[in-house]
Amino acid sequence: MPARSHFLLLAALLVSFVLDRFASQLNPYYLDICTNVGINIILAVSLNLINGFTGQFSLGHAGFMAVGAYTSASVTMFLGPHLPLGMGGPLLFLPALLAGGAMAALAGLMVGVPSLRLTGDYLAIVTLGFGEIIRVIFRNMESVGGSLGLQGIPDYTTPFWTFSFAALTIYVVSSLVNSTYGRGFIAVHDDEVAASAMGINPTKYKIIAFIVGAFFAGVAGGIYGHFKLSIDPKGFDFVKSIEIVVMVILGGMGNNVGVVLAAILLTLLPEFLRTMAGWSLPNPFGSHSVSLRWIAETRMIIYSLLIVVLMLVRPQGLFTLSLGRHRKKEGP
Amino acid sequence: MAEFLQQLINGLSLGAVYALIALGYTMVYGVLRFINFAHSDVFMVGAFAGFYLSRLVPLHSLWGGMVVMIGSMLICAALGIIIERLAYRPLRGRSKLAVLITAIGVSLLLENTGQFVFSANPKPFPPLFPQTTLQLSGGLVLSSSQIIVLVLTLVLVAALRFIVLHTRIGTAMRAVSFNPQAAALVGINNDVVISFTFGLGSALAAAGGILYSLNYPTIDPLMGVLPGLKAFVAAVLGGIGNIPGAALGGLVLGVVETFVNGSPYSTYTDAIAFAILILILLFRPAGLLGRLQVEKV
Repeated sequence: MPARSHFLLLAALLVSFVLDRFASQLNPYYLDICTNVGINIILAVSLNLINGFTGQFSLGHAGFMAVGAYTSASVTMFLGPHLPLGMGGPLLFLPALLAGGAMAALAGLMVGVPSLRLTGDYLAIVTLGFGEIIRVIFRNMESVGGSLGLQGIPDYTTPFWTFSFAALTIYVVSSLVNSTYGRGFIAVHDDEVAASAMGINPTKYKIIAFIVGAFFAGVAGGIYGHFKLSIDPKGFDFVKSIEIVVMVILGGMGNNVGVVLAAILLTLLPEFLRTMAGWSLPNPFGSHSVSLRWIAETRMIIYSLLIVVLMLVRPQGLFTLSLGRHRKKEGP
Repeated sequence: MAEFLQQLINGLSLGAVYALIALGYTMVYGVLRFINFAHSDVFMVGAFAGFYLSRLVPLHSLWGGMVVMIGSMLICAALGIIIERLAYRPLRGRSKLAVLITAIGVSLLLENTGQFVFSANPKPFPPLFPQTTLQLSGGLVLSSSQIIVLVLTLVLVAALRFIVLHTRIGTAMRAVSFNPQAAALVGINNDVVISFTFGLGSALAAAGGILYSLNYPTIDPLMGVLPGLKAFVAAVLGGIGNIPGAALGGLVLGVVETFVNGSPYSTYTDAIAFAILILILLFRPAGLLGRLQVEKV
């Protein structure tokens, strides 16, 4: 099993390298969508470690992403020009991303520590509150542009970095959970009391899940900032966190393959609906064709209705075939 | 001193609205043990119902305002009961997470439908009640809408307290909250009680929506998000599931927020509620008036 996952990681890195070589020949619109898919995969899989595998419901993932985005953008924008020649520029991108990840991990530690006393709904609200507090702090930091945000971030994001980190995130999360050590995450998810009776320290596992998840969210934020070239606090609000949560739910909690598929699907869906809104269908009963423009207007209603219906019909997620071994027992 | 009293009055009238919304959160939590995220959007629908109903009555009149308010409360009570019936009841007994996500989904659905139906542009809220300002001694200013907010909140909380403590349905609510299985054994229809709780909470949210819009007269489909989250914080602050606690938490939060708003740190106002939440959960997780429950295996 480990040999296979190493091989998969190498293959994914190779594919992203090859894709990067041919990036200039691709349609820029498709390339943008691909980058968005990559960023969302990192976000969704890292949240899956917290929400899916460890069972700690976090609604503050966009906050970690904001910390990473602001930190890495500050590194490339404010530190980059002062470095000796040859050290700035795109070479600085990797250290900047890692710095962003590290700061986000620190934020994750700060959220993880109070989380050890809370469960379920309370934790969801506290993480949501943390996300909002992070946003308010950035809004008040004049050095990073206040509520206007940072503009003119250098354009360093390439498909290679995006997909390498997506592959790395999947690799780290699945290796971690499948390791002997990482079984503790699932144990904490399944039954905290039983887990601690078996000598597993739930607190430690929860904090580690938050740190690792936040690290990758921070990296995703860094990639996002250097891709969009401008970031502002509004882009990292509660709605962004919910978007990521929906990817995890749709894919199936604690199902990495499903979560990746859901991240791809949910990134492509709005683009597809946008294209579809431009179509018109031939009307068999009249001479006028039927316009599908209403889809553009009701896109978000369809999206939210989808969440409710999905929860009523398939609470285990779209891509989880069996009920799965990670499902919590129901009832008292 | 005069400024202090003035801020206190402003804070109490904001806190009264938080208290009204918090009561809905706390009652639903009491009977079903889950956070009804859609509650903040019922608050928004209440304000919009008030906006459209106000076209039917003369403005600046006491009875017109009361009619609009009661109408809006009835509409939202119906909405709350429908949401519970369609979205939450099929999930009863399922995992908490599924219900929480459904609640978020319903909340997004109401917001997005609101943006589609009412349009995303902010609308000016009409002056429903007579508008005057009272000049008190010491330079204090009390606007009529602040008096109305405070008086109506007191009346509604008193009515709620009467319903919960002195009526058959209120007794049933307390029984379901205490132990749903035992309540069912003594012949209480849990479904009816839960529907009634949702209706009652949503009606209070509608009243809150209208009273909020009297003081901040611009309404839009996303107006409920922040007051809703803060009211939830108020409910946790007072001890979730505890009715006097929710009212107390709302008032405390409103006053604290108004004082921060008047201080040099006013740009941090939105973060204060969450900072209070995190502190209270760290040091007194059961809230000010709540009792701690130990999780049993």
